Formats: sequence, C-alpha cells, structure tokens
Amino acid sequence: MAQIPNEELLKRIAEKFDQQVTLVGEPYGLLTVETGREQIIDLLAFLKTDDALRFIFLTDITAIHYPEQEKQIGIIYHLHSLTTNTRIRIKVFLADGDVHIPTATTVWEGANWMERETYDFFGVIFDGHPDLRRILNVDDMEAFPMRKEFPLEDPNRVDKKDYFFGR
Amino acid sequence: MQNHPVYIDNDPQNELSTLNLGPTHPATHGVFQNVLQLDGERIVSGVSTIGYIHRAFEKIAEHRPFYQITPLTDRLNYCSSPINNMGWHMTVEKMLGIQIPKRVDYLRVIIMELARISDHIICNGVLGVDTGAFTGFLYMMEHRESIYEIYEEICGSRLTTNIGRIGGFERNFNTIAFAKLRAFLKNFPVTLKEFESLFNRNRIFVDRTKDVAAVTAETALSYSWTGPILRATGVDYDVRAMNPYSSYEDFDFEVPVGTNGDVYSRFLVRNEEMWQSLRIIEQALVKLEKEPTDIFHADVPEFYLPPKEEVYNNMEALIYHFKIVMGEIPTPNTEVYHSVEGANGELGFYLVNDGGRSPYRLHFRRPSFINYQMYAPMSRGMLLSDAIINMSSLNVIAGELDA
Repeated sequence: MAQIPNEELLKRIAEKFDQQVTLVGEPYGLLTVETGREQIIDLLAFLKTDDALRFIFLTDITAIHYPEQEKQIGIIYHLHSLTTNTRIRIKVFLADGDVHIPTATTVWEGANWMERETYDFFGVIFDGHPDLRRILNVDDMEAFPMRKEFPLEDPNRVDKKDYFFGR
Repeated sequence: MQNHPVYIDNDPQNELSTLNLGPTHPATHGVFQNVLQLDGERIVSGVSTIGYIHRAFEKIAEHRPFYQITPLTDRLNYCSSPINNMGWHMTVEKMLGIQIPKRVDYLRVIIMELARISDHIICNGVLGVDTGAFTGFLYMMEHRESIYEIYEEICGSRLTTNIGRIGGFERNFNTIAFAKLRAFLKNFPVTLKEFESLFNRNRIFVDRTKDVAAVTAETALSYSWTGPILRATGVDYDVRAMNPYSSYEDFDFEVPVGTNGDVYSRFLVRNEEMWQSLRIIEQALVKLEKEPTDIFHADVPEFYLPPKEEVYNNMEALIYHFKIVMGEIPTPNTEVYHSVEGANGELGFYLVNDGGRSPYRLHFRRPSFINYQMYAPMSRGMLLSDAIINMSSLNVIAGELDA
C-alpha cells in the first residue's frame, strides 16, 4: 500500500479525537502532532488497531527537556506503519512538578525498556509500568541526568580548577 | 535480584540455584549481566541488568558541534562503526538539506555494506564458536581483517573509524583501497561458501540451533525488533528497501527473510545478507565507473572543513575554517528523525536543533537496546546452553546497548 498522505492521516485522527490532537508541523515530511496525557494511550491504541492506518510498530519513545517552557518535559513517540510505510511523531508535554503519564506497555511490550530509559534520564513516571526502575544509571542515583540543569561534568571535580592553570 | 533461596512448590528439597551470568562471562561476548534462577539446567526466570558501560553519549552530544559527534557514534556498535557514522552524517545532511553527489552516495554504500559484512562475520562466526565449531570463526576472521585494511586505506583507522564528514569523505579513495576492495570481492565469496558448507547442513549445528529461541512475527513486532532477527521471523522490514537513503534505490538486491525466527533462521538470514551485500558492492563499483573520479564530498563549504594547505593560502578557506570551528554558521531550528539499516536493525537518530552549533537533544534509537529487552522473558524455560547461543544470535553489542 502507498504511503498515507499527512492530510488524510490528520483528518482520520481528527474524526476520532476532534480537538484533543493538534498539529505541530511536518518537519521533513514527518507528521508531528501534540496531545495530552489523558488520551495518549487511546490515541496510540487507535493508531495501532485502526484498519486503514495500522501503526503497528513502535519505533521509539524518548523525552526532551525545555527548562524555559511552562510544560518542561516533552515525551516523544515515533510510530511506524509497516504496511503503508508511514511514520508519525506524537508529543505530550508535562509540567515539571507532575511528570506522570500512562504507560504504553499496555499497547506494546517493547515500550518497557524505552520507558525505563526515559524515566532514568528525565524522571518521567509512567503510571502502570510493570517494572519502572533505572536502567542505564546506577540505582542509587538521585538526579535525572538528561535534564538541562544537570551539568555535563561532575561539579566536584578538582583537577580542572582555574588555579591549577594560573587563572 | 533475589538474595533469599527460592523453592519450587515451597519444598526446601527443591531449591532453585541462582546463577550470575556475567557481567564478565566468557560466553556472553561483552558486558552483560543476567541473574538467572535455574532448576537444574533449565532457566526458570531471569533479570537482565544493563548499563555497565554507559558513557552518557546523548548528554555529551549536546555539548559537541555536529562534526565532532562521530567519535561517539563510532562507539555505539563498534563492530560496524561506519554505518553509525554515515547515519549520523546523513541525519545532519537531511536537516541542512545538503544535496549529496551520486559518487559520494555510492562510496558510502560500499563502506556501509563492508561494515555490515564485518558485523555479520563476527556474529555468525561467534555463533559457531558457541556451538563448538571454532574453525568457521577463524576462516571468517581473516576477511574481517581485510575489511579493516580497506578502512585503513580510506580513513587511517580500523575499529572506531571516525570515517566520513558532513557532506562526504575526508579524502578520496586511493587506488590501493580499490585494489584491496577488489581482492576482497574475489577472496571472500570463496570463504563464505566454505563457511556455509561447513555449517548450513551440519547435523550437529542444525540440531543445536533449530527451533531454539523461536519467535513469532507478532511477538517480535510487539517488542519492536528490527534487523536480521526480525527478518528471521518472516517480516521483510529493511530500512534500505523501505526508506532508501544514500541512493540505495539504485541498487538491485533482495531482502532475505526466514521462516520461524529461531537461531538457525537468523544464521541463514545473516549469511544471505552477506551475499546481498557483496552484490551491492559489485554494483556500486560498476556505477562508480560512470562517475567523475575526483568528487568525494558535496560542495558545502559552510560545513565541510577545507584542506589545511588551503586554509593557509586561501582567504575564503580561512574564513570558512574559522566559521566552522567557532560555530558561527546558522543551522535551522527544527527536528529530524533519520534511520539507517544498521547491522542489528533500525538505527535511528532523533535530532532536535535550536539553531546552534550542537544538538539541543540527540537521541539514538539503538537496535541492540530494544532487541535485548526480550532476552530475559524469552529465556524462561530454555536450557542454559540454549540461552547462550540465543544471545550470540541476537548479536547484542554492549556499546550500542548501553550508549
């Protein structure tokens, strides 16, 4: 089957979700929409099971941190419809004090580690996740290192202090 | 992880034994830890612990200019680092809208297919070692060496190659590189054929691998598997065929698929992919004959560093050199996802840019990471020795797993 045009895809989503899903843009032809956490799982399940769309493949889940925005943390889903070779990107933005979002493991088994990774680096709590632990960092780490306020280098390092270089 | 003894049916006579498989175990070929509960030799449950060589590449990438990120991508899947590097360059080129000359595309295809072969050589060779056949591994390793020598002619290094630049290559391929490539194309098929006749119908090997760790297509898709292990289940998803990049649409090749997704199918799929890669390289060499021989990068002075002698003798080159190094060149404020078919599956780059000299956010969709999460669940009920060859055939590379 041929690739689904972005307008058609957007229309199909709008029929079901009306105003709850808004268009962000189409950078490099990849349809990007934004939604809220209330209907994210419904949207993912709809995209996966709808006969015409069939986005059966979860490519990736990740997050991004915009410290200057009101809703700081964005969760980004990339889906791929293998039968029509169409991709879609879905964004959900969450305020910093309340980074809770329902888990996508109910839709795809493979979301498990992707969500653990997102939790590990951004502190996003995926409600209902079967095993939400840190995955790449050590268990007793307290910070969420991919947030922008986390420094790249350990601030306690002494070997790069200015006075060693006569500054 | 359990510290207390676990019993079957609460019977103290039937205590499960706990085995720490890894983090440094000779049979796992990398830093992987699995804490397994064993009933005799059968695995009852397992927990994977990863992150032993996590190096925070995504964080480091946010502080590096675009052209300095290949040393990081090199160390993702270090068995086929050129694919990662090319994938990264193509992501940046897609973001900047750079038109790449056909000759550069074909040269890239040659390098990427060589990398795919070298990766599959290791995977299939090691699978032989784990099933008790060392010979095939040694036969094949000789040719990985000749692939590394080709890299060496092109970029000067072998394993973590740092090959390519935004827009093309750092220098043109020399005649020695082409001579070595032709020698490889002549010698490798002989060995690959020998390797196949050693394994494909070998009773011991087939008994050992057939129906081991068989996965259905539905399960593989729900776990977001990609690459040869997905194709072994019968799904013909290959990024090269589905979303061609770097002029893969000009080439005539097939996407081999397996039938029942077991270790044996994966082995056959990888072997066939090596034949297809050889086909692609041969076609690329024919296509290269029609292209002008002096083009090895696109005409993008704003992003491609000029040669040093020009920087010292030419005003424009000096200006561009300064602008590139100091990060004075504006880039679009956008986001882009680009994926290439890595040796283990879809290697994706999600790049969010805010117009600066380095990415605002860069996420690697690492196939090893996503493929490996099914390892512990699928090991349940398996024999320990089967779990070992299952891990070899998943071809999980620690660098890509932990990023």
